[in-house]
Amino acid sequence: MVTVSESPRESGETAETADRADATATHDTDYPLRVEGLRKEFGGITAVDGATFEVEAGSLTGLIGPNGAGKSTTFNCITGIYEPTDGAVYFDGEDVTGLEPYQVAQRGLVRTFQIARELGEMTVLENVMLAPRDQRGEALWRSVTPGVRGGVVEQEAEVRDRAWEMLEFFEIDHLAEEFAGNLSGGQRKLLEMARVLMTDPEMVLLDEPLAGVNPSLENKLLDHIHDLRADGYTFLLVEHDMEVIMENCEHVIVMHQGSVLAEGDAEDIRSNESVIEAYLGEDV
Amino acid sequence: MGATQAYIRGRKLITERPGLVVVSAIAVLLFLDLVRRILTGATLISTVAGYVWNGTVIGLIIGLAGIGLSLTYSILNFANFSHGDYLTVGAFSGWTASYLVAGLGTATIGELFLLNASPRDIGITATAEPLSIVAGLVVAIVMTILIALLIDRLVYEPMRDAGGISLLIASIGVALALRYFVVFVYGTSLRGLTAGDVPKVSPTIVDGTITIDAHEATLVVSAVLLMLGIHVFLQQTKFGKAMRAMSDNKDLARVTGIPTERVIQWTWLLGAGLAGSAGYLIALKRGSMGFNLGWVLLLLIFAAVILGGIGSIYGAMIGGVIIGIVRNLSLVWLPTDFSLAAAFLIMILILLFRPEGIFGGVKTA
Amino acid sequence: MSPVADTTEQFTTDDLAEFTRESSAATALGALALVWVALSVLSLVGVGGIVPPLRELVMVLAVYAGLVFAIGALWRYSKSDALLIVGVMLALYVVFGVAMVVFLELPLNGLVNTLRRITFLSAVYAMLVLALNLHWGYTGLFNIGVAGFMAIGVYTMAIISGPELGLGLPLPLGIVGGVLASALVGLIAALPALRLDADYLAIVTVAFSEIIRLTLNSSVFAEMTLFGTTVGTGGGQGIRTPENPIRAIFYTDPGDTSAGLTPVGDVLFEVTGSLKVFLVSGVGIRDSVVIGLAYVIALVAIVAAFYWLLRRIGNSPFGRVLKAIREDEMVANSLGKDTQLFKIKTFMVGCALMGLAGILWRGSTGFTIPSDYMPIQTFYIFLALIIGGAGSNTGSVLGGIVFATLLFEGPPQLARIIPVLLDDLFGLQITDAPNTSIEAIAPLSSLDVTPFIAYSLENISTLRFIFLGVLIVYLMQNRPEGLLGHRKESAAAVDLSAGRNGGGDRE
Repeated sequence: MVTVSESPRESGETAETADRADATATHDTDYPLRVEGLRKEFGGITAVDGATFEVEAGSLTGLIGPNGAGKSTTFNCITGIYEPTDGAVYFDGEDVTGLEPYQVAQRGLVRTFQIARELGEMTVLENVMLAPRDQRGEALWRSVTPGVRGGVVEQEAEVRDRAWEMLEFFEIDHLAEEFAGNLSGGQRKLLEMARVLMTDPEMVLLDEPLAGVNPSLENKLLDHIHDLRADGYTFLLVEHDMEVIMENCEHVIVMHQGSVLAEGDAEDIRSNESVIEAYLGEDV
Repeated sequence: MGATQAYIRGRKLITERPGLVVVSAIAVLLFLDLVRRILTGATLISTVAGYVWNGTVIGLIIGLAGIGLSLTYSILNFANFSHGDYLTVGAFSGWTASYLVAGLGTATIGELFLLNASPRDIGITATAEPLSIVAGLVVAIVMTILIALLIDRLVYEPMRDAGGISLLIASIGVALALRYFVVFVYGTSLRGLTAGDVPKVSPTIVDGTITIDAHEATLVVSAVLLMLGIHVFLQQTKFGKAMRAMSDNKDLARVTGIPTERVIQWTWLLGAGLAGSAGYLIALKRGSMGFNLGWVLLLLIFAAVILGGIGSIYGAMIGGVIIGIVRNLSLVWLPTDFSLAAAFLIMILILLFRPEGIFGGVKTA
Repeated sequence: MSPVADTTEQFTTDDLAEFTRESSAATALGALALVWVALSVLSLVGVGGIVPPLRELVMVLAVYAGLVFAIGALWRYSKSDALLIVGVMLALYVVFGVAMVVFLELPLNGLVNTLRRITFLSAVYAMLVLALNLHWGYTGLFNIGVAGFMAIGVYTMAIISGPELGLGLPLPLGIVGGVLASALVGLIAALPALRLDADYLAIVTVAFSEIIRLTLNSSVFAEMTLFGTTVGTGGGQGIRTPENPIRAIFYTDPGDTSAGLTPVGDVLFEVTGSLKVFLVSGVGIRDSVVIGLAYVIALVAIVAAFYWLLRRIGNSPFGRVLKAIREDEMVANSLGKDTQLFKIKTFMVGCALMGLAGILWRGSTGFTIPSDYMPIQTFYIFLALIIGGAGSNTGSVLGGIVFATLLFEGPPQLARIIPVLLDDLFGLQITDAPNTSIEAIAPLSSLDVTPFIAYSLENISTLRFIFLGVLIVYLMQNRPEGLLGHRKESAAAVDLSAGRNGGGDRE
């Protein structure tokens, strides 16, 4: 298995040296994401009602719950797409409540979308090259001014090389020059993961990355996630499929009716009475 | 936590609200100034009443035309930039019919058809030739409907799945083709239509009089009757209810199995019919028309629709009247040159601060 | 993988279609050449009547078929976009030139002036379309208020530097002021409006441009006193713009031709004025045409600069974010891009370029009026962009050229040629056009087409509007991507394929 050459926090070093202890050492906290009393109302309907939880650094944490439990709304509140009615979101010890999505992303907390949102009329490579943070050439004057553009071109070459590596890692490099809109559903999911990782994130929120994916691709995606986690990335995974969460996540958060119903490892959750009740009628 | 939240909220308030605050303040100031002007006698109450009357007359036309624009905007999901030119089609076809009915024998068919006969010879007024006016109105409605259905067949039906912007651009093409087809047939001249003494009354309002002529009265009566007709149609008939449902929620309508294509046809039928009548009536009120008649009204109609909330039929009616009155009332402060600009500005402000319209959320149901 | 396989298949069908088109152009060329030879033989033998004019027509058509073939080949095999643009422009020169000379027997001056005019229009449209492409093609900002931003540029320039109603300050100051004013007004429009959906943005921008035009048209600001100078917009009467600085090449005092010529002007006018031998008839090239030609050459250079600038903006991380905003703004935002800021910057830059293009166009002809900035002006630019293909800078330039020459200048020229052809071939005299459509249509019932043709030719500009409207609809239905849309003009500052397997040691 090929590993990504730049781990989240050790740009420049090779992935092999980045073990979890090193990775977490640079944090203010062992729990980069903290959600406290999160509430979100839509015109009288409360979608999230006082959700409180933490995600441990370097973990693969699962977030589950029946339909309408408020998982997606929680995601959207964390990533700034919705402004919470009440409560707070902390990332790396910093209050990020109510920040714009791009501000949250710039701090290293990035997300994927439930339905893969590829940029259809851009090539796969362009899709991936869009993602990195702090690109010099995103300043208009630097991109245009002769003389200064040299630095832009230099960084572009680095970004391009990393993009190729990322596409190779996800085994979609043969599609690099293809318009993303021409990709199949599964390839889009891979592209979305590649794009998010190109931002060099501290933590990734995965919104149902396995929805609508065939079993062999599902295993491949899970393998990728485990590999990346071994490199020190932190993941919060929303899944509708309970089995996936139980088998893959060491920590599971169960949401029900807008708040956290239970937390713990897979065994705790399996044996939790209220979880079983909440899922009554569903196959636990 | 509370402090930071308060800070964030405060910051949002400062960045997002001040525009609204300033706009509201200006509106209040203008109203106070109007009161002051009336109290000090700088502006006569009758002048203001005249503005309101004129504004209402124009506003009813804008509202009438706005119903169709609002319907197509919500049901077909695009801003129809050719809607104004449906008014032009209605005006020209309707007045051709009126001339043929009123003037047969006094001028050649060709002159009558192209509206080149002297208005003085034909002598159309609402009281002198009521039959020709009725015939003209009916023909305006029918012709505009036919043209709209034809255009839907040729242009929009093959594009049902296209995005709103593609349809919008296509409608700009339709607008050009339609307008200059009218030019090709009728020419570019601004032509007089009515002649002779139009009966008028001049009631006294406190400190002066306002003038109401028979053509304005005809316009108001026709517009109100048409609006009432629409109201009954929407409330009482199956298709009317279906259209309201689709206008409010297209997906819902699809799921519940309302015959979409037929509803779309009815949408054009209603929208174009009303647009055609609006074009005919505004030409009657003004006593003249040119090929740009509808195009120059288009943005005002958009303003009315946006003001009333897109998809809301009653909102479009009320929005039209408000836009008409605002445009005329702006004459209290602004020279005539700017009354149109003032109406556009109101529309932009509404879009910026209340894009769902002033009756936002109030649906047609 | 199947979707990818599908597109490969599509490319093959495209190739086939292209091949068919090219081979049919070649066949047509061959057939026309044969007919031409036959007709030549006939006329040599002394057959008169329809043969000589038909031979002329066939020759012109053969030249056109050859051009279509050549452009098709250039299109397919040229790796250089610049070459393609130059090729298309030259081909259009030949299209116009041959028709002018063969059918209208235009003297050299008229010919040069026609080519100057189509180049001028092509250049200004290319600039405007490039600017709009930055908004709509790249970023998906549906700005249909282009005319308004042009007006701001031109009027600001005229008020700063104009001879009447202006402050009379140096022209460079006026141009910079005009461009900045356009950018600033763009900012005022953009700050709130960019939050809106595309169709709302369309309504706001078109209303904005109408407010600008109505304000310029108003008598209120027509004249006023500022710093002791009379300044203003001139209202409906319009405003004079500064003398075109290109005149300084030819005249010692650009404002006063009687003051004498510069050495350059002296020599050039002497040469161009004496080109009478060429093409037999009449006079050499008039001085005014030579001056216009010099300005057009300058414009072409500026188009190249526009093109360079916009390529540079597009092929960069900045351009990549713009494309991402067009495709899905939420994705770009969620990847850490401050999309609102990108949109505002882009809107301002585009508006500034629109202002500059306006200055170079309407500001160069000595005089401008508010009705130069009707919404129809914006629609022209939009149509040109749709033809070229939104999203492609090369397509923008080509769209501007094709629109300005074939669609805008073409119909009136065709209206001049058709009567000549009808006369030559069928002896049909197109005399005075009837005044009304009825008089034109009624004779059709007795199979007399002449009045209708005459009326149509007389009203060719009206028919052109109808044609343009139909064309917009046709393009939206059948080819919304335009000539060069969906092109992979890659948004990166480096060669993308170069990085493959170049990033380190792989297993």
